[in-house]
Amino acid sequence: MARKPFEGVKIVQLCWAGVGIYILNYLSHYGATTIRVETATRPDPIRLFAPYAPTNKEGEPIGLERSAFFSITHTAPEYGICLNFKHPEAVAIFKKLVAWADVVGEGFPTGVMDKLGLDYEGLKQVNPEIIMMRTCGYGHTGPMADQPGFGSILTAVTMMDTIVGWPDSPPVPPSTYYTDQLSPMYASLAIMAALDYRRRTGRGQYIDHAQIEAGLNYITPLILDYQANNRELAANGNKCDHAAPHGVYRCQGDDRWVAIAVMTDEEWQSFKQVIGNPDWAKDPKYATSAGRVENSDELDRLVEEWTINLPPEQVQKMLQAVGVGAGLVANAKDLDEDPQLNHYNFYRELDHPYMGRLRYYHPDPIKLSKAEADVNRPVLLGEHTDYICREILGMPQDAIERLRQKGVFD
Amino acid sequence: MFIRKLHPHTALYATHALRSFQEELMLGCYRILDLTDDKAFICGRALSDFGAEVIKIEKPGGDPARLKGPFYKDIPDPEKNLTWFAFNANKKGITLDIETARGQEIFKKLVETADVVIESFAPGYLEGLGLGYEDLSKINPRIIMTSITGFGQEGPYRNYKDPDIVVRALGGLIYTNGYEDRPPLTTSYIHTHCLGAMNGAVGTMIALSHRVLTGKGQHVDAITQQALDIVCSAEVEGPYALFEEIPTRHGRARAAVTLKDKSVFYNPLLWECKDGYVALNLLLNPASAKNNLSMMEFIKKDSIDIGSFEKWEWQTKSWEDMTPEEANKLMEILGEFFMNHTKDELLKLATDNRFQLGPCNNAEDVLKYPQLEARGFWKEIEHPELGTTLKYPGGAVMTTQGYCGIRHRAPHIGEHNDEIYQKLGMSADEVLSLKESGVI
Repeated sequence: MARKPFEGVKIVQLCWAGVGIYILNYLSHYGATTIRVETATRPDPIRLFAPYAPTNKEGEPIGLERSAFFSITHTAPEYGICLNFKHPEAVAIFKKLVAWADVVGEGFPTGVMDKLGLDYEGLKQVNPEIIMMRTCGYGHTGPMADQPGFGSILTAVTMMDTIVGWPDSPPVPPSTYYTDQLSPMYASLAIMAALDYRRRTGRGQYIDHAQIEAGLNYITPLILDYQANNRELAANGNKCDHAAPHGVYRCQGDDRWVAIAVMTDEEWQSFKQVIGNPDWAKDPKYATSAGRVENSDELDRLVEEWTINLPPEQVQKMLQAVGVGAGLVANAKDLDEDPQLNHYNFYRELDHPYMGRLRYYHPDPIKLSKAEADVNRPVLLGEHTDYICREILGMPQDAIERLRQKGVFD
Repeated sequence: MFIRKLHPHTALYATHALRSFQEELMLGCYRILDLTDDKAFICGRALSDFGAEVIKIEKPGGDPARLKGPFYKDIPDPEKNLTWFAFNANKKGITLDIETARGQEIFKKLVETADVVIESFAPGYLEGLGLGYEDLSKINPRIIMTSITGFGQEGPYRNYKDPDIVVRALGGLIYTNGYEDRPPLTTSYIHTHCLGAMNGAVGTMIALSHRVLTGKGQHVDAITQQALDIVCSAEVEGPYALFEEIPTRHGRARAAVTLKDKSVFYNPLLWECKDGYVALNLLLNPASAKNNLSMMEFIKKDSIDIGSFEKWEWQTKSWEDMTPEEANKLMEILGEFFMNHTKDELLKLATDNRFQLGPCNNAEDVLKYPQLEARGFWKEIEHPELGTTLKYPGGAVMTTQGYCGIRHRAPHIGEHNDEIYQKLGMSADEVLSLKESGVI
């Protein structure tokens, strides 16, 4: 059997809420053995995020296994154990898992793990070579270390809520939890670099991932522009300062749109051909990028007179065929049907014991020529508690039962 | 001087600071050749932040992206490009024309010394030059090639043009952005390909890990469209997969909640305040009662009449118990309160009371944001040629082994030609003659 990139890497994770799971998916999709530790007494808030798959029986509670939000984000194979840290026995079992693991990942605000003695210093006593990755909104030092950090707020803090908007109206968010999906890649890199470094040096370490700091690494040019030129970004609708036509144009149908970007004068010539060389397009003021940018309001109106009579799929095909950037403004249905995403088998279809068969389980946005991503439905709460205690920790079944009676596995 | 302290009270750092830089860098043993254009500069930058030796290869005369703004002091000079500064810092820079036979020969020699090649050309371009993954792996079977594009190396969109707005549209990030009665919106800050590029960086590390086990390199196909789909998947695909609902755009609001009369209400995320905007994550459920109650107390201190919310049972009630009139009244109350205060005041209120409220920072705000200051986040980087220093974002993570983050400014055109080419075994004369013939 072909070896997988992270074969032999053992991960224990307590990644509460949004970001941690995106960080670890990259490792768990590619061969790491990952154990998810959680408790039903204080469930991961994502397990309670709408929308939920409906239940079959009238009056049956939704429970913790039907959130589509949870299952869309948790697509990697994991083992699951429930541990209620109110019991010292649970903390003791967790420490045994730490001794077994190469990496511990956690996503609570600062303080939660620390109070249990499970900060890096505590873990290191159990396993000196452990790599501990802690992610939270604001980082694990400083006056805001213990603040809960939801992606919707961090997106604002990291300037991402200033980058989308019309010049004449308040800005809009680029996505609800934008930093939740922008910041994880840096922490994944850190874990992978730390594993590589440990392989060579034998040294483990502690990684402090502040989601705002990772997020800000995407906007460095804006930070420099402010210092060098005293300029703040002014949101400018769909316009581009060096290309036109550049925008989102109404098409035939209900709320159907196409994005078009004519980036060069050569592309403008091709664009004119496709729209049938109308007389207006021959106006010399449109011959150069500078001229088109200057007259872009008028140009946008004229372009829309052409797109309005066509479905966006057709505009996309006609323009891309001649090397001009165009793409339909995809909604949920368009994404589901997108021929390119489907070519990559990006919507894996899987059965879920509570949710039924669904087609949205994604691999990562990368394809490797010599390694396949393993995509799974999310692990159920405590799905492998017995297996982990027995097979990984070597506990006898009667001891497991005794602890279960006490509520250690709640 | 680049070590950020995690535990100022422990002696941990005292010993580390004594080690040399090279030893401190986690990925210092890897050499990466970076052929990307401005779509994907950030990929090599991120890997160089962890210590990899990244050599940015430009066309003789400079990368065309150097000519796009913004520029330092708005002077359109290829050596003053701020995007170049941002995403090529830490790299070395050489010039090489890989479209010439001699250039290809030199590139192949470099590949023999390298672990990774990253590139963002249109699919097929490098194969056309005889420099595709298959060609390079014959020279160096351990080489990893990471290709970053809008749509990927295969499939029906393989040859599509992938400007920012087009990829963003097909990735699902535009449709849900904007106001109901206006066209959907893209981003005014061009950065969309950074998502694919950062996935390319992670893919590179996965391939390097794999190489430890197999001894062989491989080709990594990093795709921005898919990275965007991940961003919006939970929000837009869940409702569609379960109920064939298509989420659309609602201005400053993103979260839909259901009210008492079963009507859908869009819970605003962004709010205008005295000097800008703030984001509020308003959770209306019993678990958030304490926060909501104490927020109401602050609102009353402003002499704002909270009407029926004096008697609202926060401990038991949720959105589902609220009439549309009540929901609108609550929005009015909050709107009035925020307009009384500045971003700074609201940040302090949020920090003191753990409210899920944050300022919509701009660059000025973020540079003085107290939490970042306390963590020593910003790094002053010298630009001796400009006679100045500029503050850059610090490392995306703090680590106890190996520094992560910016170390030095981006390279000038051909700045490291002599160093790199001479290490490759070329004489100074040879380098000079390559320069004269336009190969480098």
